[in-house]
Amino acid sequence: MAEKALTKAQREAAARKAMDGIAQTIYKHLDAGSIPELQLSSRTKSNIQFDDMLRVWKYGPSMTTRSAMKTDGAYMLLRTMYMSEFIKDMVKSNKSSTLREMYYISEGWDLGKFHDQAESDGLAEDLEVMTGNLREDFKLRPEENGAAMIGDLKVVETTRTGARRTIHCQDDVGDAGYNIPYNVEPDRMKFKDVNADFICAIETGGMFARLAENEFDKTHNAALVHLKGQPARSTRRLLKRLNEESGLPVVVFTDGDPWSYRIFASVAYGAIKTAHISEYLATPTAQYLGVTPSDIVNYELPSDKLTDKDIAALKSELTDPRFDDDMWKGEINFQLELGKKSEQQALAKYGLDFVTDTYLPEKLAEMGVLN
Amino acid sequence: MANMADQLAKTQQEISVAEFFERNRQILGFDSPTKALLTSVKEAVDNALDACEEAGVLPDIRVEIHNGEHEGEYKLVVEDNGPGIKQSNMPKVFGQLLYGSRFHAIRQSRGQQGIGISAVVMYSQLTTGHRALVRSKTGKGRPCVQMEVAIDTKANRPETFNKEAVEWDRDHGTRIEAVLKARYQGGKQSVGEYLRGTSIVNPHAKLTFLDPTGQEYVFDRVDDEMPPKTIGIKPHPLGTELGTILKMARATEYRKLSTFLQKEFSSVGSGAAKKILEEAGVPNINPNDITRQDARKLHEAFQKVKIMAPPTDCLSPIGEALVRQGLKQETQDISPEYITTVTRPPSVWGGHPFQVEVGVVYGGSLPKDKQVNILRFANRVPLLYQQGADGTTQALADVDWRRYGLEQRGGKGIPVGPGIVLIHIASTKVPFTSEAKEAIAPMEEIHKEIRLALQEAARGLGRHLNKKAKRKKVSEKFDLVTKILPEINKKAATMLKKPEPDLAPVVCKIMDVVWIDDPAAEYEKLEGEVIAAKPVAPVVQVAAGGSTLDAFADADDEAEEPVVVEPPKPKQAFLAKATIPITNYKQKAQKFQLFAVLPEGAVFAEAEPAPKVVKERYVRWDIPTMKPAEKMELKLDVAGLPKGGMDDLEMYVKGINEIHVVGADLWRGEE
Repeated sequence: MAEKALTKAQREAAARKAMDGIAQTIYKHLDAGSIPELQLSSRTKSNIQFDDMLRVWKYGPSMTTRSAMKTDGAYMLLRTMYMSEFIKDMVKSNKSSTLREMYYISEGWDLGKFHDQAESDGLAEDLEVMTGNLREDFKLRPEENGAAMIGDLKVVETTRTGARRTIHCQDDVGDAGYNIPYNVEPDRMKFKDVNADFICAIETGGMFARLAENEFDKTHNAALVHLKGQPARSTRRLLKRLNEESGLPVVVFTDGDPWSYRIFASVAYGAIKTAHISEYLATPTAQYLGVTPSDIVNYELPSDKLTDKDIAALKSELTDPRFDDDMWKGEINFQLELGKKSEQQALAKYGLDFVTDTYLPEKLAEMGVLN
Repeated sequence: MANMADQLAKTQQEISVAEFFERNRQILGFDSPTKALLTSVKEAVDNALDACEEAGVLPDIRVEIHNGEHEGEYKLVVEDNGPGIKQSNMPKVFGQLLYGSRFHAIRQSRGQQGIGISAVVMYSQLTTGHRALVRSKTGKGRPCVQMEVAIDTKANRPETFNKEAVEWDRDHGTRIEAVLKARYQGGKQSVGEYLRGTSIVNPHAKLTFLDPTGQEYVFDRVDDEMPPKTIGIKPHPLGTELGTILKMARATEYRKLSTFLQKEFSSVGSGAAKKILEEAGVPNINPNDITRQDARKLHEAFQKVKIMAPPTDCLSPIGEALVRQGLKQETQDISPEYITTVTRPPSVWGGHPFQVEVGVVYGGSLPKDKQVNILRFANRVPLLYQQGADGTTQALADVDWRRYGLEQRGGKGIPVGPGIVLIHIASTKVPFTSEAKEAIAPMEEIHKEIRLALQEAARGLGRHLNKKAKRKKVSEKFDLVTKILPEINKKAATMLKKPEPDLAPVVCKIMDVVWIDDPAAEYEKLEGEVIAAKPVAPVVQVAAGGSTLDAFADADDEAEEPVVVEPPKPKQAFLAKATIPITNYKQKAQKFQLFAVLPEGAVFAEAEPAPKVVKERYVRWDIPTMKPAEKMELKLDVAGLPKGGMDDLEMYVKGINEIHVVGADLWRGEE
């Protein structure tokens, strides 16, 4: 990873240069009497390609142009200018802000203000895509989202006061587990004594709590990571680092519906929205454990009917290049035929211990993670 | 025996008048307390308007509704400045049902509408036991006579009480006060709306309304000119019924049938008369002697022989300009963005001349998600009931309004949008669906004319909406180049600590149009100068079966009393000064011709720079080469328009691709 090699000062200088670069592009256009515009990779499903070298999905060659020709485009350019200036100032004054704080600050940007936070979050990502820098370099960070981890390993964290603290993710944490911070970069976090054999990433809080209560982390030596729905960047980054640096295999355990498959895809292949940093966030070797449509039948799980939205989402996945393999094609088509979906917690049909005593060991053995 | 027969006859008559009213309450418009109040206002106001027009007086009518002494009773007062009624006629006009001779006249008149003011007196008497209090004055310095009138229902004869001379500050006019069992309500079918509608189609009338809460509304006149008097015509064979033929033949002074046909009917020449007699197989005998059988044969022949259409110059349409002004005045509180009006040329249905006028009002505070509001009128009288059953509504529903920018499911039905549609039919005979005279029958010819008129008006609306859309698109760009772009420029320059580049070339690239702004007009009163009023059209009154006198005029032999006629007042003239800003936002220099169409009645006064061509209809400038980003202003002064007459100046261009021009279409006219 190129970023890792850079010092803090170098990264800050790069960020400032990137912001000036954007202003430079606009200025050149205006000075030449042409309509100002900025180009960036188009962030759509149709413009992601598999990178054989990195083994993740990245943006393809298709570009979007933000031009001042139209009102919407002109507003975007003005907002881009405001945000660039704001980032440049933060870097200079060694401050940082949350994405939400930046949204509130933009309220004072007159014509350049945003309608909602999704818009300002989106523009921050646009700046990453345009410049190749990371949001973290721009001194912008998300809120802590409360994702957690339990397992036999130690985390050495550099706290906000600069002190180092070593935390054992079983012995030093409560039942809620170790709270994953927003910044899990090596300068803030290191791993020690990683004794867990594999990582089980879990979609729902209910299942995470079930596995924790049943001590699955101890009985099967697993590191349990709560994804909390669509996982935050830091959660994905943490999975990636543990996988790469400590060689832990990652299995993803979610509900059996199209939305959950997308959670797996963003862990394993990279999300469409953040494909510019896929190599930094995605864990290509992550495996999908379940609940699969086959599980619904094999384990005779309680199920719900697919809604129209579910069906549309499944069909959309059939054309998503990330799901373009035999396993996924087969499972998705089977689910469309079946017309049903099941939650992780449907496994409780056979008792509270069924998931840890029977389902997971069977599936993990099938996948070759457990013997 | 004779005595008994007398008794019987008396009883019969007693039944006939009271029963006539009771049985026909619905037809007469008195079937509910709400409708009874409105019908009473209508009868009185229609009479007042007709009387004023007869006498050439600009109507000034006051309507008051007061809460009565008892629950469910109201006191209605209507007074006008008409010619007044002679003292000797007052009892009959107010106290005898079916008095008056309007039934025989073949002319466009409001009187077709109702049964007469005496029905109001009758209704008042039946429902509250009150007599009507009426007064009338026929001229300045003449006495004003006031009396109470009741109807002797046994004899259908007026009874008068407490007759006296009173003081009245009006020079002439008539006033009626009646207590009615009624219900007062607001909304679409209210007295207020009826008067508002009346005011739109009678732009020369001033109507004042005092409602029961004491609130006064003034529907002022927008025109100081009397409408030309409607002209009576002879009946056209196609529109004449069998009984009428017989009656006319018996009464005529002509001794030969062929002469009778030529002289007593319109559009029948000697050739046509001959053909009719041949077709009918009736000899050219004395018309007085024809049998019912002969009349039937003539009636059948009328339908077969080709006869010229009836004359249509007897109609008195309101006119596009006046409908527009009326609509404008009455929609002031809505502040609509667009008003257009169309008056079709006269046409004929079943032997009766008719003419259609429509108006469309769009925008302002009108609701966007509701059906358009339809205002229907027949011979300058608003129709408030039976909208769904009306042929005019059907014609409106048959127009595909989607093509003109309104919503309409499936291209049929009443369109949805912020609009008001006015439809006026003027005819010597309006084909009402029933005696209630609330809806117009869907006659093919009338349906077609309404549709054509609506389509023409809708095209105007479509053009307006297109222009607006184009302007809006460009005005968004205007914001872009005047607000957003300079900000982007400033930010980029500040971040890089460089000077701000000149934006003009970028602005032209983004705008890429020649922008002709909506002209701003100012109006200056021209002291001492006026617009001469048009002379009133000469009046020819020929009618079948004798006189065309209306209910307020006199039918007996008494000497005619002079009636005071006010000459039409000249109008205040204004000098309208318009400024037309033009900016070339193209990237290249532009040179073109600009045409400004002078509104009807406008006279060119002055312009700057001097136009190349000044014609009666338009002014043409040859715009000199304008460099990119160059601005200029044209000034145009015209006289002869009323205030506001220049607000909607039509402009056209030539010598430039009109796609690149905002604010003017391509000139397609001749020069």
